[in-house]
Amino acid sequence: MELVPALARWLHLLAGILWVGLLYYFNFVQIPALKAAAADGTAAGITRHIAPRALLYFRWSAVVTWLAGAALLGGQFGHAFTLGRGYAGIGVGAWLGTIMLFNVWAIIWPNQQKILGLKPATDEEKNKARRLAFLASRFNLMLSLPLLYFMAGGLTHRAAFGL
Amino acid sequence: MKNPLDSLWGTLISGVILTAVLVVAVRTFLN
Repeated sequence: MELVPALARWLHLLAGILWVGLLYYFNFVQIPALKAAAADGTAAGITRHIAPRALLYFRWSAVVTWLAGAALLGGQFGHAFTLGRGYAGIGVGAWLGTIMLFNVWAIIWPNQQKILGLKPATDEEKNKARRLAFLASRFNLMLSLPLLYFMAGGLTHRAAFGL
Repeated sequence: MKNPLDSLWGTLISGVILTAVLVVAVRTFLN
């Protein structure tokens, strides 16, 4: 087993777990918790102390996951993204991951900055941002199911241990 | 029609359906 692909695979998995884990945290825990917290006036604790930290790790782990995935594909990068023969499965996974990375940086993060008051926004803009960030996050949750199917499909014993 | 992404179950079911569609598409057209 070569060192660079082995390290790239390890990093891809570590960062991917952090990214998708935080995506699941947002969708399964934080969004419902914020609704309940808004009702009893305790939402500020989440929006001020938890959400910014979670978003920091979320958006940068997405970048690291993608870069490590690209390094792992190496010379097969083009074959994967053009869904070449024998690379369609991992290629679909790579496209799904790329769309999810785009959603994180182009939709979720800019809108979360407005919601959390890191960027100036009117109440109307904040409401619109809330809806957009929510839908992009849910869209990524939906995409994570086929993403993990196609990514895990490439994880054979041979790939993992060089057997 | 309600947006399935508004509910967790709707999102998860959509994800399972999308997975099945993509698996069939890859097996049928790409491999």
